[in-house]
Formats: sequence, C-alpha cells, structure tokens
Amino acid sequence: MKAFTVHSGLAAPMDRANVDTDLIIPKQFLKSIKRSGFGPNLFDELRYLDEGQPGQDCSGRPLNPQFPLNLPRYAGASVLLARENFGCGSSREHAPWALEDYGFRCIIAPSFADIFFNNCFKNGVLPIALPAETVDSLFQAMYASEGYTLEIDLPEQVIRTPEGETIAFEVESFRKHCLLNGLDDIGLTLESADAIRAFEAQYRQRAPWLFGSIC
Amino acid sequence: MAGQTLYDKLWQQHVVESRDDGTALIYIDRHLLHEVTSPQAFEGLRLAGRKPWRLDANLAVPDHNVPTDSAERSGGVDGIVDPVSRLQVKTLDDNCGDFNIVEIPINDRRQGIVHVVGPEQGATLPGMTVVCGDSHTSTHGALGALAHGIGTSEVEHVLATQCLITRKMKNMLVRVDGKLQPGVSAKDVALAVIGRIGTAGGTGYAIEFGGEAVRGLTMEGRMTLCNMSIEAGARMGMIAVDDITIDYVRGRTYAPRGELWEQAVAAWRELHSDADAEFDTVIELRGEDIQPQVTWGTSPEMVLPVGGTVPDPEAQPTATAKEAVRRALEYMGLSAGQKITDIRPDRVFIGSCTNSRIEDLRAAADVVRGKKVAASIKQALVVPGSGEVKAQAEAEGLDRVFIDAGMEWREPGCSMCLAMNADKLGAGEHCASTSNRNFEGRQGFGGRTHLVSPAMAAAAAVAGHFVDVRTFAEDAQ
Repeated sequence: MKAFTVHSGLAAPMDRANVDTDLIIPKQFLKSIKRSGFGPNLFDELRYLDEGQPGQDCSGRPLNPQFPLNLPRYAGASVLLARENFGCGSSREHAPWALEDYGFRCIIAPSFADIFFNNCFKNGVLPIALPAETVDSLFQAMYASEGYTLEIDLPEQVIRTPEGETIAFEVESFRKHCLLNGLDDIGLTLESADAIRAFEAQYRQRAPWLFGSIC
Repeated sequence: MAGQTLYDKLWQQHVVESRDDGTALIYIDRHLLHEVTSPQAFEGLRLAGRKPWRLDANLAVPDHNVPTDSAERSGGVDGIVDPVSRLQVKTLDDNCGDFNIVEIPINDRRQGIVHVVGPEQGATLPGMTVVCGDSHTSTHGALGALAHGIGTSEVEHVLATQCLITRKMKNMLVRVDGKLQPGVSAKDVALAVIGRIGTAGGTGYAIEFGGEAVRGLTMEGRMTLCNMSIEAGARMGMIAVDDITIDYVRGRTYAPRGELWEQAVAAWRELHSDADAEFDTVIELRGEDIQPQVTWGTSPEMVLPVGGTVPDPEAQPTATAKEAVRRALEYMGLSAGQKITDIRPDRVFIGSCTNSRIEDLRAAADVVRGKKVAASIKQALVVPGSGEVKAQAEAEGLDRVFIDAGMEWREPGCSMCLAMNADKLGAGEHCASTSNRNFEGRQGFGGRTHLVSPAMAAAAAVAGHFVDVRTFAEDAQ
C-alpha cells in the first residue's frame, strides 16, 4: 500500500449526499479479477453519456460536459470534497480502488458509510470526516477559486487551506500508523499468531461444533 | 452494572486481543466467499506466499455472475456466454481448487445466493462471527450471529489470519411492537425502518431487531429484515435466538448433531440481550402502523406507504434535500404529487438475497395464482435463491403457478438485483423489484427500481401498476 504522509492536491467536488458505491464504480466493472485499472470507470454513469463496458478503451467515449470532473479546472484533482454518507451501499473495495486509480488520495465529507470508510484505509486513501458546516465552507471556497488546493498533513492531523486556515481532523491511531508507513495489516496481525492459536485452542473446547464441519 | 446486549455477548466471545487504541482482534468462525470480491484476495495470498489459516472455516459459492436462463446455465461454467463473467466464475473454481477451499459449484443443487445458501446448509449458525465480501452478509444476523460485510483486503486478511482488526460498534435496538397486518411482510418492516431512520441512521451501530412483530417472523422473514440493515447504514443486524431459530437450524447439512447439538443449543439459548441491557439508541415502531411500502426514488430511504404520493422537492427542509429529491424524480421520470399506485412497472423481479426464499415465493405465488401478468409488463422474472429453494418450490407446484401466470421461472443466482449477468433493465424502464437497492443504474443502465415485498411485486405484475396487496387480495376474492 502507498504510504500517506503529507499530500497537497487540487480539490474537486462530488456535490451530492448519499453517493453509493454503485455510483462510484458500476457493477459491470466488478467482473475484473484485477485490483487496478478502475480509474477510467470511476463515476462511469455520471462521467460518460453512454453505457460503459469492461475492458473498453474509454478515451473515445462521449463525456458528460456537466460532470465536474470533466471540467478542465478540476483536471488532476486528488482531493475529493463530498457530502453526507459518502460510499454507502455495496461493500465493493473496487470503489476505493477506482478513486485511488483515478488519482484521489483524500476524501473529505461530513460522514462516510462504515464499510467504505474502512476499505479506504486499506488502499492508501484517507477519508476525513468534518462537521457539515466546515465541509460546506470548503465547497464554497473551492467553487469561488479555480485551482483550489488543499494540503493534508496526516502526521499533524490538519488540513491547510489556501487562505492559510488550518482545520484539525481525527483519525484512529492504528489506521494512522498503517497509512503513514504504508503497512500491510496482515503482517501485523500475524505477529499475534500465538495469541490467535491460544484463543483457538480454548475456543475449540468451548464451542467444538464450530470446527471441522466443512471439509 | 447493566446487562449485556446480544451484540455485546457475541463480541466478547470472539475477542482474541483488545488493544489500547480501542481496536480489537476478532476471531471469525465462518467466511463465505463468492466470485466477485475474492479473486484479488487470493492473488494477494499468492503474492505474499501465504496460505489460508483454517480451511474448514471457509465456504465458497458463485452467485453474482451466474446465468439464470436454463439453456445458458446447462453448460456450467464453460457455458457462460459473457467471457468476463465466465473468467470470474472460473477463477473462483481455480482458487478454491488451489487453496483447498470447499466450493459449491455452479450447477450443484445446493448452489445459490451466498446469503441464502449459508443458513440453508447450516454453514452459518447462531453465535458465529460470519463475514463475506458482500454487504448483505448482515442477513446471517437473523440466526443470532455477528455477521457483516467486508472489503476484499479484509477477505485476504481473514483468509490469512482467521481474524479481523475492528472496533466495537454502538448498540441500537429497533423494536417493532404489536402485530403486522395481513399482507405486510418483513420487507415492509425493513423499508419502514429505513424510511424512519434514513440510509445513514444505523451508521456506527450494530442493530438488534426485537419486539413482538419481529419475534413473530419466520426465519425467512428475519433474514429479509437483517439483510437490509446495511440499507439503514448498519453493517450488521441481528435477532435473538429462540425456538424458531433452533427449529430452523436443526438437521441442516453442516449443523451439529447428537451430543454436539445439545451442547450447541445450550450455548445458543444464551444469545439474547439481557433484560437490563442498555442500548445507545432505541427506535420504536408499531407493527399495526406499517403499511406495504414502495420506494419512489434512488435511495432506499426514499420510500412511502403504497397509498402515498411522490413528494415535492420544494417541500423539503434543506437545499441538499431539495436537490436530492429533484434529482431522484428526474432520474425516475416521476413528478411531485403523482400517486404511487399510478406508477406502472415495465418489468418485475422477484428474487435476490433479500427475498428469494421459499416463503417469499409462496407469498408471490399466492397473489398470482390463477391470474395473468398484465399485458403492459415486458418481463416478470422469478429467480429462486438457491437450488434447494427451487426444488422445494417445484415440489409445491409454485413454478407452474408462475409460468401459468406468464412469469419466467429461472435458475438460482443474484440476477437482476445488481444485473451483473444478462438479467437487467433497459434505460428508462421501471421495475417492481424485491431486491434491496434502488440506486441509479443498479439494475441496468438508466433503469428505475422500485423496492417492494414479493406479494407487492406479484400484485403489481398482475395489475400492471402498484397496488395495495391487502385490498388487491380482497378484490380477487
């Protein structure tokens, strides 16, 4: 996983509430057995005017001129501003894969759906929840100023705006540690292998019917 | 000290390690796999040279991509026409073979939607922690299990370590007192709850469903209710174990037998919230007040009783809400003030992990028996949740009831719930669907989904428009 320390990037809007993971990456692209290459199909149904197909070259597809990410001013954006309950619905990790593959490293919203929020951290994408008024003021400042760039400082847990404002944010310490160091948490869990084995041994005594039925 | 909730008990029984930062390592008893969210996890194991921690904890079944058309289905994996879908199903077969994971393959009689198959085979049991790379894993909470969806990185994590790193959720009780009216089902309860608390209402919570109306549900109904916890924002929903649970589990293929059964039942009897347990939030509904529900918009919280009218964007309290309603009406091709009963579906879909169990099919068959699907309906699909459900339905003659009414009787799979196979809506088409999500494009590019119960979907199929199944049934008599 790509480490995340301090990231400075252009902000772009996804200005609607309850953006679901079907909208982030539609189902036909979930047929891929790979982990990469989903970027061109991020927000496919909003971004293009036609229906996308897996494996298709997207460069010749008709773009939706109304969709913000298609506007020149948001080209190269890496910080997504979003609204309430971002990432609701399906647990598909293809959603953060698509965001990351497109180039987004950070998503700022008033709230996130639990599974999506969790999936982001596994992929070097930092979701930041801020009060709705704070997010709204970031939206207004971004709309008012082309090239609106935010600096996300994970070690310090602050966002620095072009106006010189700093906005503090919360992040769980274990998740922060993994992101800062780009750590694979399977390796970390396997450091507790003895504890898992010990648990399993006493658990097998306590609930023997849970072992060995499927083989 | 206050007593424990069901969730507190399940959590406590599975903690391997608690950490200072509030996270914990939780042991996973059952890991279900399907073809869509597992290939990258197996690839990750391969790249790191890792093996599954415990083979007998895993069970795999292909469901999302499988064709439901019997001709295409008869060719097994090789017969899947779409090459991308075929490769994905084949990859599951290959991965299960390579890693020695038990798989129920495509044309096995037990195959079906993973959340129908798990409980049906006794692979998911009360008291278990159950995970799967699918958000509707909340379904298994109906058995008194701690069950939730995970992402693919966590699929790999569970395969490699038998554990998850997670954090305890808050407790929410959704209590439905009283009795449901005839014609009102678990699906209507689920939609009414979502209508009340919204699609983010359960975020950060584990929901326990309780109250007389919930205890009165069959296991099939309980699974429907827990299935849609995720549409209320909660990763997991659960229901206390009682005789209905234990009678359901008894004798299933992977359920314990003999002395082990007695031992298990004794432990399962403890799986309920203590009388003095405290919940962080309690939501109360009256069963009698719940009407048959129909969604009109592009989020499950955009739902109304069947007697309602489509809302006016201008009447919404905030700018974001106004915009959300306006956008939903535009996508759905509906106008403010329109009666729900004036909406005319083009297609009907009865199936999905929410509503494809035998009780769902019986409820739908009861409505269409001896009647015909309206001429305006282009297609009415009935897709059983598993081969076992299909066989049971055929033994009861339900397939004939559907076929005689002009509906299509299909092979088991996820089908038009998410349209990863050939079953999908055309742009602009309305669908009366027993599935769980009415998101834009969910059932096909430009498709317009209305979530309803099986009986309501069947009634809409016959009437050609949404209709209150309670009076529809009376009219038919």
